[in-house]
Amino acid sequence: MENPRLAARILRPAVRPYYMREQYVVDSIHFGVLSPNDIRKMAKTTVVTPQLYDTDGSPVPGGPRDPHFGALEPGERCPVCGNDRTECPGHFGKIDLARPVIHPYYSEYIRDVLQTTCRSCGRIRIPPKRVEYLLKIHRRLRNRWPKLARALEKQIKEEASKNSECPHCGARQVKIRFEKPLFFYVYDPKEGERLLNPVIVRGWLETTHNEDLELLGLDPKRARPEWMVLTTLPVPPLAVRPSITLETAMRSEDDLTHAIIDIVKRNEKLKQEVHSGSPDNIVEMHWFTLQLSIAAYIDNELNIPLVLTQRRKRPLKTLAMRLKGKEGRFRGNLSGKRVNYSARTVISPDPMISVNEVGVPEDIAKILTVPVVVTRYNIEELRKLVMNGPFKWPGATHIYKKRQGVKIDLRFKTDLKGAAAELEPGDVVERHLMDGDIVLFNRQPSLHRMSIMGHRVRVMPGKTFRLNLLVCPPYNADFDGDEMNLHVPRLEEARAEAEELLLVEKHILTPRYGGPIIGGRQDYISGAYLLTIKTSLFTREEASRLLAVAGYEGDLGEPAILKPRPLWTGKQLVSLFLPRTMVYRGKAKVNAGELSCDGPECFNDSFIVIRHGRLLEGVFDKNAIGAEQPKNVIHLIARDYGHGRGRETLDTMYKMFIRMLEMRGLTMTYSDVEISGEARKRIRELVDEYYRRVEDLVERYRRGEIEPIPGKTAEETLELEIMNVLDELRSKAGEVAVGDLDPFNDVFIMAKTGARGSDLNIAQMAAMLGQQTVRGQRVHRGFRGRVLAHFKPGDLGPRARGFVEGNFRDGLSPTEVFMHAVAGREGLVDTAVKTSQSGYMQRRLINALIDLIVDYDGTVRDSTGKIIQFTYGEDGVDPMLSYHGKAVDIDLLIEKAKADVLGREDGNDPGAS
Amino acid sequence: MASERLERALEVARRVLPPKYYQELVEKLEASGLDDERKALVAEEAVKEYQRAMVQPGEAVGTVAAQSIGEPGTQMTLRTFHYAGVRQYDVTLGLPRFIEIVDARKEPSTPIMEVYLQKEYWFDEEKAKEIARRLEYTVINNVISKIEWDLGLPTFKIYLDPEFMKDKGVTVDMVISALKKAKLGEILVDDDNPYVITLEVSEKHIRPQDVWNVAVYRSIEAKIRKLYLKGVKGIKKAIIQRDEVEVDGEKKEAIVKIITEGTNLEEALRIKGVDHTKTISNNIHEVARVLGIEAARNVIINEMIKVLSDSGLDVDIRHLMLVADQMTWPGYVRQIGRQGVVGDKQSVLARAAFEITAKNLFDAAARGEVEKFLGVTETIIAGLVAPVGTGLVLVGLKPPARQGLGDGGEDGGGGGE
Repeated sequence: MENPRLAARILRPAVRPYYMREQYVVDSIHFGVLSPNDIRKMAKTTVVTPQLYDTDGSPVPGGPRDPHFGALEPGERCPVCGNDRTECPGHFGKIDLARPVIHPYYSEYIRDVLQTTCRSCGRIRIPPKRVEYLLKIHRRLRNRWPKLARALEKQIKEEASKNSECPHCGARQVKIRFEKPLFFYVYDPKEGERLLNPVIVRGWLETTHNEDLELLGLDPKRARPEWMVLTTLPVPPLAVRPSITLETAMRSEDDLTHAIIDIVKRNEKLKQEVHSGSPDNIVEMHWFTLQLSIAAYIDNELNIPLVLTQRRKRPLKTLAMRLKGKEGRFRGNLSGKRVNYSARTVISPDPMISVNEVGVPEDIAKILTVPVVVTRYNIEELRKLVMNGPFKWPGATHIYKKRQGVKIDLRFKTDLKGAAAELEPGDVVERHLMDGDIVLFNRQPSLHRMSIMGHRVRVMPGKTFRLNLLVCPPYNADFDGDEMNLHVPRLEEARAEAEELLLVEKHILTPRYGGPIIGGRQDYISGAYLLTIKTSLFTREEASRLLAVAGYEGDLGEPAILKPRPLWTGKQLVSLFLPRTMVYRGKAKVNAGELSCDGPECFNDSFIVIRHGRLLEGVFDKNAIGAEQPKNVIHLIARDYGHGRGRETLDTMYKMFIRMLEMRGLTMTYSDVEISGEARKRIRELVDEYYRRVEDLVERYRRGEIEPIPGKTAEETLELEIMNVLDELRSKAGEVAVGDLDPFNDVFIMAKTGARGSDLNIAQMAAMLGQQTVRGQRVHRGFRGRVLAHFKPGDLGPRARGFVEGNFRDGLSPTEVFMHAVAGREGLVDTAVKTSQSGYMQRRLINALIDLIVDYDGTVRDSTGKIIQFTYGEDGVDPMLSYHGKAVDIDLLIEKAKADVLGREDGNDPGAS
Repeated sequence: MASERLERALEVARRVLPPKYYQELVEKLEASGLDDERKALVAEEAVKEYQRAMVQPGEAVGTVAAQSIGEPGTQMTLRTFHYAGVRQYDVTLGLPRFIEIVDARKEPSTPIMEVYLQKEYWFDEEKAKEIARRLEYTVINNVISKIEWDLGLPTFKIYLDPEFMKDKGVTVDMVISALKKAKLGEILVDDDNPYVITLEVSEKHIRPQDVWNVAVYRSIEAKIRKLYLKGVKGIKKAIIQRDEVEVDGEKKEAIVKIITEGTNLEEALRIKGVDHTKTISNNIHEVARVLGIEAARNVIINEMIKVLSDSGLDVDIRHLMLVADQMTWPGYVRQIGRQGVVGDKQSVLARAAFEITAKNLFDAAARGEVEKFLGVTETIIAGLVAPVGTGLVLVGLKPPARQGLGDGGEDGGGGGE
């Protein structure tokens, strides 16, 4: 009957060793409404006075701070359970309400019942036979198709409420109007509308039958409708609403306590009025305020004429508000929890550590600890750590003595030597974080699983976390002040999972598109390019310096040039790190324009050919070694030779690229974007020419000669035309500038190889910025008819509408700066809007898809075992393990077959093949 | 004659690989010019690679899909953009459109249909124009330059615009018959100038006491403007475009297609000459209603691909398919959010943790719901191990404790059966 997953499910708590606290496993939670009886049984005290404390400061019995609510003060003993504050769970109390009150959150159910049941016999207004029939259907639907059951309930409600005569007893029915969220009115044709007070409501609800209630979707065993009208109100224990003592010895009570005081006051007042036999309208007035007060106590954001406040100002934070929202109990404390054994600090780069590592400052390593069980194999080492104590790294902070069952804090232990000597197998030492420990490293926003990865610790001097530059892309980190978090998994199970599943090298490939997300950026790319271009030749000494940084030990191989002295090419050096059986073909990033190559037979050296692990042709640039470039060199290595090999490549070959830059130097100077006087003149001419064209357009528009594009007005058409003309001007000017500059200066190398910047950026530095836009249109808002007072009203010319002729090198004119800032501001606003919108979208996506997993039979199922897909992704392929979406790259396989490397082990022996 | 090894390898490949991969393998091997031995190696390796790339049981594909789509969300463009090539109207793209898709909005902010013609008309621009005209919803307002009337005189002068009429393919007769059908009054046609139609409104519509009532005249004018001439309801504009399509599986050629602003798939498919196998709307609900849930699923996927590729983002299609399947598997289209997928969850705590916390909890109480802790959100709340990935494994091995390891191992080693 039930699905097999459900039956086989075992609520397995995380495995914890004995020195951690015992725990209990929640099996299920049954939701229901507390009956007045339940509340009375639960209550250990009854609140009858709003007074908190006596004049001597002790809590008043029968007040909201009655000691029977549980022990909270140090040294206090609970009069109910006899425990002190660490053991006492706290106890509920109650308020006996002078008159019943409708619960605001259940009032819609109450309405349903009132509108569908008979006022005199309490039965649902549906004929008995049909009730039986409907009940049968409903019971069948309820568990398997809850949505259908709800639809049925809705229909039943409609049917029953239409019946103006009870089919059971024949009584005439009245119209009930519900006013959210508390009040019910009866419509009487003679007397008009009359308030239905909670006493009557409750009486009516009591007469209803269980089977009838089932049809309305209620569970009468756990939620009788009359329980939804409160006669006694539970008062939560003190632990739920602790008071704080201010420095002035003044007591400040929790918001809930204030709300309870308010209720008690009104309740007592009402009681008094009832007892003294006050006129009905006075009683009803006090009753009304009591209802509001209780409703506000449950949720202070209801649509009622009362908001509980503290001293007329701040609204009180009552029950529902504690649960709601991002910082509420659910999202703030249950779905997301605060943790110990974590650290946060600024990050800084360290190209020399492995991508798998993270540099941890010693100060942090001395605070974060790992529990280690003492065995006879590690006892000596642990003794040394204990002797170092908590203040000297590598040391230890605590010892759990198994036999004595106590925890020793080494900070207060003077006899460290003694503690070390007393260590015995079975004890647990909390030792400092040490080199090689696995930790989790995280940068927010944690948008994908690569935002938390496992790193191996390397304790270092300094105050910052150090990370390899190659792992910046998955974290989206830079070093302009970014901070990151570090967590220490403490149990063996967690550490094992961190090493097996979370380690950085296992995330070189991303499941997002089946490509590498870890890889070179910026200097790595320009360095790789400079290393692998044809003109880069290295002497034995230079080659050695390059290879040394990569930790290469082995033969250099035969030099490419023997005379006048032996010289090695960069391609040769790079090849030393490629797997011997590697085959690769692809276009380099520089493969464009003059340097384009369509295939291997090309002198421009922009088509990459790797055969037998040798870079025969082509340069390494963004397309070959960059991050987020599917089907590149690092992708192939990580996929075909394992992520271990991928990491090794990142830790060796990539270091060489940086060293290359260190040897050659790469920078940018002002003159790199300085164009000749000739080019300047040419751009001037272009500007004049195109401005004239814009003038013509405007002139034609003024004369009404512009032919509007269908669906657009003449003005819109003009704007479009002008934008096109000016866009052309910008790109023409850019071309002139780019053509004028030395194509081999460092700025160009960066742009062409994809290291940083683009031709557009260069054009903006050297030639002109071009049109500034707001919402895709020329800047046009500001004063009436003009953007700034510097222009004539109605001026439609380029300058007046945000065309910037200036460039970053020469600087902008004041009006240009303004236009640029306007467009820049739009960009900032856009980003802000986008992050919040896409953040919410992602939260919804995650919540909607979180339970979907691939089951053992290859189907995709949700947590209740329902099948979403019969085969994941229609082919069962994990995108992470694919070549950019495809499981098998047959072209590559054929290429490999041609090179005769299929089915061979990778020897990586430079002399082989 | 293929070698035995090759035959065997291909047979294995045929059985293991999805048909598409197998076909590609066979074709490319054919063209490769390799010897049989190497071909066999390729085939064997292809099978191995495919099997190596399979998902592992327990993989949290849902979370991965959500992250893969959500993570690049910030890189999506925010604004609406011009439709590729055609400047006549804008299409919502980027993040707003994507949110629209996962929200499963009843009506997209820019509803659009792509109407393809049947094969014989693929290159027939005239036919395309004809169909476009039949699609375009045209009322009198679309073909007139103005309507004149004088207060006190129940006579309306309707000035038709010949150019508009030509553009929309409307004749004077069509206008007249539309007016006749409306039975507003007497219609007088000036034979010298057929483009001015005079309408003497009957007393039924402008009662004698209303002769000086401006509001009545205005409402009559509005009525005239709205009179239906031709076209399909809901389609504001139809534009002819050329689209590259593979003809007979051969090279690509530009065929004629019609893009419409506003959608009415049901009616469009009825028009003769329209290829009902290709014509599609971007309104998910409309497609689900007209073509069925599977078609709606495909629309969701294709629309998401459009947005992503327009923003230059790279997301594996499997993630999109999973989202689309989660939205459509019950047989109707569900939103990704509280009204749909999340709201349908059976776990009380999962719903409460998402949105509308308090109401969910009180409803659960009234209905006597039971929280069983089956999903991820719930198990995290209760501090249990989520049934995902390694948490799915129920079989554990408890290795015998090694001597001298202290007693540290006694609680270790899996909690399984």
